[in-house]
Amino acid sequence: MDASDVIVGIGGAAGDGVASAGNTLALSVARQGLGVYAYNSYQSVIRGGHSWLRLRLSAKKPLNHGDQVNALIALNQDTLDRHLQELPPGGVALYNSAKLKPSYDPPDGAQLCPLPVPELSAASKDLPVMQNTVAVGAITQLMGLEFTGLETVLEHTFAKKPKVVAVNVEAARAGYEYAAKHFQPLPRRLTKTTQKWALVMGNELFAMGAAMAGCKFYCAYPMSPATHILEWMAAHGKELGICVRQVEDEISVINMTIGASHMGVRSMCATSGGGFALMTEAIGMAGMMETPVVAINVMRAGPSTGVPTKTEQADLNQALGASQGDFPRIIIAPISMYDCFNTMPLAFNVADLFQCPVIILADLLMCEGNETVDPALLDIDMDIDRGELITQTNGTLARSASEGEDTPYLRYKDTPSGISPRAIPGLPGYLYVSGSDEHDEDGVLLSDVYTDTVRRKKMVDKRVRKMSTLLDHLPAPKLEGPPPLSPPFQGGAREGAEVTLVGWGSTWGVITEAVERLNQQGISTNHLQFKFLVPLHTEVAKQLLGASKRIIVVENNQSGQFARHLRAETGITAHAHIRKYDGEPFEPKHIVAGVKEILAGKEVVEVLSTEPGWQTEHPSGTSGDWDGRIVAVAAGSTEHVH
Amino acid sequence: MATATAPKKMDMKDFKAEVPPDWCAGCGDFGVLNALQRACAELEIQPYELMVVSGIGCSSNLPGFFRSYGVHSLHGRALPFATGTKLANHAMTVIATGGDGDGYGIGLNHFIQAMRRNINLTYIVMNNEVYGLTTGQVSPTSELGMKTKTTPHGNLEAMLNPLALALATGCGYIARGFSGDVKHLVKLYQDGIQFPGFALIDVFSPCVTFNKQNTYSWFRERVYRLEDKGHDPTDFHAAMDRALEWGEKIPIGLFYRNPSPRPPLDAQDPGLQAGPLVSQPLGMTKEQRAKLIAEFM
Repeated sequence: MDASDVIVGIGGAAGDGVASAGNTLALSVARQGLGVYAYNSYQSVIRGGHSWLRLRLSAKKPLNHGDQVNALIALNQDTLDRHLQELPPGGVALYNSAKLKPSYDPPDGAQLCPLPVPELSAASKDLPVMQNTVAVGAITQLMGLEFTGLETVLEHTFAKKPKVVAVNVEAARAGYEYAAKHFQPLPRRLTKTTQKWALVMGNELFAMGAAMAGCKFYCAYPMSPATHILEWMAAHGKELGICVRQVEDEISVINMTIGASHMGVRSMCATSGGGFALMTEAIGMAGMMETPVVAINVMRAGPSTGVPTKTEQADLNQALGASQGDFPRIIIAPISMYDCFNTMPLAFNVADLFQCPVIILADLLMCEGNETVDPALLDIDMDIDRGELITQTNGTLARSASEGEDTPYLRYKDTPSGISPRAIPGLPGYLYVSGSDEHDEDGVLLSDVYTDTVRRKKMVDKRVRKMSTLLDHLPAPKLEGPPPLSPPFQGGAREGAEVTLVGWGSTWGVITEAVERLNQQGISTNHLQFKFLVPLHTEVAKQLLGASKRIIVVENNQSGQFARHLRAETGITAHAHIRKYDGEPFEPKHIVAGVKEILAGKEVVEVLSTEPGWQTEHPSGTSGDWDGRIVAVAAGSTEHVH
Repeated sequence: MATATAPKKMDMKDFKAEVPPDWCAGCGDFGVLNALQRACAELEIQPYELMVVSGIGCSSNLPGFFRSYGVHSLHGRALPFATGTKLANHAMTVIATGGDGDGYGIGLNHFIQAMRRNINLTYIVMNNEVYGLTTGQVSPTSELGMKTKTTPHGNLEAMLNPLALALATGCGYIARGFSGDVKHLVKLYQDGIQFPGFALIDVFSPCVTFNKQNTYSWFRERVYRLEDKGHDPTDFHAAMDRALEWGEKIPIGLFYRNPSPRPPLDAQDPGLQAGPLVSQPLGMTKEQRAKLIAEFM
């Protein structure tokens, strides 16, 4: 881990203002040129519970939320009791001493930082949330950052309420100055840089990326953790000329989206697994009618209602099997928050080029987490390729030179590529009817009356043929990390690489850091991350993984859905697995420890995020609560891998 | 609808597809189709400016027999699909069609929501009080006690009243026709298509094969035209009274037409103010991009 990074944990009950305190801190740190990665372990409650937000702050852009909190901001007693024991030497615990008191001594070398909030902010009498502002001011001091960054954020946040700005700035400054006088700074101090950062979440990047890629119609039903996309679109639809609708259910969502797309408008919808389940029949219709559509599934822990505020990667099987029958589909799993943005133009382009549904698999970790992104990476011109789309009468796509004006337009013309030029309804001379029933090249149904085995097979083949050229448009995965590959690949056992970690989607960042640590610890490891799941780069995967000494698939689910997909597509069976399905994302330590267990002989390692004091007296272990239990935690033994 | 050159008078043949209907001889849907072709010809809508969207069922095969742009979508989903087409290109005339099972059964929620939403399209429901394509099962509009293959002891569930439901939901144009009276139907369609908002036209369209109860003669004995009885279609309460009539006499005609309808959704959606979406430039300007990025900083 980069020694210059600091991980701040802010905890409290829902309603205590954990998220807004976190936002203020993240934005002020980002404005001082430091990278941020934030993940909030929250619960599906509006009030109460335990919300635990971790912000990793670093001069080097963090790729995940890390695994060792250096600074704790406890907004309630429960948080102080739970997390004080986790602090390493040099760590700090900040809390309102007028309200909270540690129940036990801090670990050796950790510092208690009681803040007398009523003395520091007179306003706190009426506004208890001032304790958050005081604490954010204090931690800014202890990290070694300037106060001005925080001040500008507070001014911006409360721009419409000058009085609130004054009260907040006063409280933050009091915390900042009090900390300077009374506490030792963190041993890892952050230094301002000149780098500009945009603080974003995956959902916002999906929305903005889609808008830039030409999405003009967005439709959704609110469902965590995908709702921010709808909210962003609703907030910006008017200025960007995007029609944004919230409708009655996900069945309506997908059918409306496909309807809009059928008319020639780039259209998108997003949901989570439960909503995607409702969409699946229409996903097949898009396949049958060859209508481009982009559908995002921001995965949360399932099945059924599952754990709505927790993350998982367990909807791959659902996406692979969405809808009955055989038809071309594309499944893309962006590998980072920025990649959510980057995926949008590609997703719309391949949807248009191949006239089929594109399913995007993202997850709560990536979509609701916050990350800093270089704004220059967002300020780009996106390539828009509508494929073989006829938008004008007498366009040249539909009829070749040898064909006259009287040649009837065939919407589903059987071409060598399988792609048929698509006319936008509304043009004279291109009338056609599209059907969810099987149909012939002219769109006329091959229903029971006209059943014709030859034509049925021809049309299935025509559609499926589109998949044969699709891989040319999707960049192949690359092996990352030492030892470097030396192409041409020679076959046989690869020297040096003891372990190859294989992941898909959002785990790229955390695996990257685990690989770095493993290599530092003498376990030579490399890494292959898949973004394109269907079609899969089968030949490339076989070549890259064919001689790997030990393939370990890392995924955020119980059954190893990707490992099975990889085996089905390539015949490659992973040697071992690291899996997690407790609702929380991987931390680098989980993967490092998992690899060690595997090297010691285990085949499947199931890792679990726990708090040190968590235990249960329930005989089956299925029900338990933290309930203020304290256990002795030896400094450094924070790898809670079970 | 308007064309630059003086158009030839349109004919219902202009809306006739090459594929002949595969409905049973005598099916009520023939009347529905003919009336729609006539209505569109008289309104001088160009086939390429018209999108007809259906669900699944015997009646939902209609777009295949109608010459215009068309979509034969999923069972129960004609309205969401049609709504998407209208929002994408609100310069097009959009008509949704289907049966009672499609619209009032599996698609009922969408029907209610589309009326609330007041999307500017015309919804024609061929109501035969039975599931025909699946060969004769009970439908949401089957009468109490009706015996079908799946209700051999008689239907225990009350009939859905689409007109009363539409009134209660705020639908601005509510009519009922009978496919045995094509001329009357043509007028209802024309008014519905021209109405600026969601228009419902429920049509008694007898299933000659699977509904031996609600036959042509059964309807002929009962139906009467509202206009013959001096019904005021701007009177909401009178419309509700008529909508609840069912028995010896059953009204057809225009039940309700909101005298001051609210603007349809496609006229109000903030994203559609620059004109039909399909004609708008894609992506965004550098200035718009810069503003959005600044929101993150």
